[in-house]
Amino acid sequence: MSLLSVTDLTCRHGLLTAVRGIGFTLERGETLCIIGANGAGKTTLMRTLAGAHVPAGGRIALAGRDITAERAFERVRSGISMSPEGRRLFADMTVAENLRVAAENGRAGGWDMDRVLGAFPQLQPLLDVPAGRLSGGQRQAVAIGRALLSNPDVILLDEVSLGLSPAAIEGLYQSLSAIRESGEMGIVLVEQDLTRALGFADRVLCMAEGRSELQGPPADFTRAQITAAYFGIHDDEARHA
Amino acid sequence: MSHTHVLAAVSRLDKVLIGLGAALAGLLLALPLFGSPLIVDKLTLLMIYIILAVSWNLLAGFAGLVSVGQQAFIGLAGYFVLRLAEAGMAPFPALIAGAVVVLLVAWPLSWFVLRLKAAEFAVAMWVLAEAIRSVIMFDPLVQGETGRSLVTLNAIDADLRRTAIYLMAVASAILVLAVSYRLLRGRLGGESQAIRDDEEAAGSVGVSTMRVKRTIFLISALGCAIAGTLWLASAITYQPRAAFGINWSVFMLFMVLVGGLGSFLGPVLGALLLFALQEAFGDFGAWYLTGIGCVAMLFALYAPRGIIGLITDRLGREPLSMRKELDVRSERRGR
Repeated sequence: MSLLSVTDLTCRHGLLTAVRGIGFTLERGETLCIIGANGAGKTTLMRTLAGAHVPAGGRIALAGRDITAERAFERVRSGISMSPEGRRLFADMTVAENLRVAAENGRAGGWDMDRVLGAFPQLQPLLDVPAGRLSGGQRQAVAIGRALLSNPDVILLDEVSLGLSPAAIEGLYQSLSAIRESGEMGIVLVEQDLTRALGFADRVLCMAEGRSELQGPPADFTRAQITAAYFGIHDDEARHA
Repeated sequence: MSHTHVLAAVSRLDKVLIGLGAALAGLLLALPLFGSPLIVDKLTLLMIYIILAVSWNLLAGFAGLVSVGQQAFIGLAGYFVLRLAEAGMAPFPALIAGAVVVLLVAWPLSWFVLRLKAAEFAVAMWVLAEAIRSVIMFDPLVQGETGRSLVTLNAIDADLRRTAIYLMAVASAILVLAVSYRLLRGRLGGESQAIRDDEEAAGSVGVSTMRVKRTIFLISALGCAIAGTLWLASAITYQPRAAFGINWSVFMLFMVLVGGLGSFLGPVLGALLLFALQEAFGDFGAWYLTGIGCVAMLFALYAPRGIIGLITDRLGREPLSMRKELDVRSERRGR
């Protein structure tokens, strides 16, 4: 039985179908990277997995238990937490308060305040600083720390490197590598940087226009196949071009 | 040697302020022994303002639920007191029961209004207040615009009544302040502020947003209901247009915005300022209301964080802040 199992998931925004029949599985200790152009449906998929968006169809199961109807806060208690796109910190609250809210409402486990501050030492001197005053990299560290404090089985990381400096991205991925190496949870990562995504993921899922265009270990695909899937170019179209 | 992060203790300044507040509360409770009836009456009004300001600040300042319809609970509480007294309940128990019964209305209302966001919520609350007022005016007991007196309370000796209502007002203000301090320093405080800053993100870290919003909504409704019963007890006469008047929301907005939205002490300071302005300029009729509007505009332009913001800038920290700071504690672990 897989840790996370998504079957035929469909999501709509009014008349627009943003995610069409997506399915995948995720094991503990595994990293699945979701890639795709803007508007491919990646963030809608992540929000649906986190319980922030109600799916139009399909099934989400965590360790075999159907959690499709659970709301966001219930999914956190079940074992899924998310670092959302745009970080979405509580801007008027300090870093410490942001982390405390997550710690108080999450599950008990190995991730506590001390361990999070050990994984992201750059937050240590910023504990009393309002989150609205942080830099992009610092905000992302708080957002991931907040998600870790829920002690999830599956952590969803949406657009982790978007808008960050190369140095900040490097530091962030070092912290993520340590989290991955611990093998405590499955990671679903949305990443715009293809090279970074392919280097970090155990498996990759490429979306275009809401569909899964390609799925498997990065080593199984050529760069051309991934690029074609990224832009939703099918074989016959590529040949025609 | 390892480091553990623990919640910081209450600061020395805050301990001094809490001590001073307790001493002031004791003084206020003893005031009827030496204060004139006029002072007792005026301070009853001040306590009502403090209760209203703290209740509205809980809702808007900490949970981000800006309502312009809290007068619904002020008016309803007065109406329920009348009804209970009419049914034969003694006036003072009726004052307490009337406020509690309001929760029976606020709870089902919360299922509807808390699904609305921002301006929709604010307007819905106003519409609800007007709708409830219209319905109550049809009750023959209230006699439409004419209103009705709380006759059984009026029959009690004036001095005894004044003292009892004043003591109830002081005790209620202390209770509202103590409960809100305890709640905001605890888990609910962080959860409500998270919802205020980003409701979806709060849900994504495990906060049951509807539970938190409903709790705050009901506590705020109860606070307004207590103020409503105290107001009826001081005025004796219940008139729906006054009890459900939009001016209650205007006063709450003024006190909280001028005092300091989202702070613990700000609403109390705002209530003191409104009370002082009314005392100084209340005889000028409409000009007094214009003056209050001008003060609000001046604060919005030059001190948007209110009186508490000015004090914070001067002291370097907010007195009685609801911020939760962490202390690092070093500890030696076994080998």
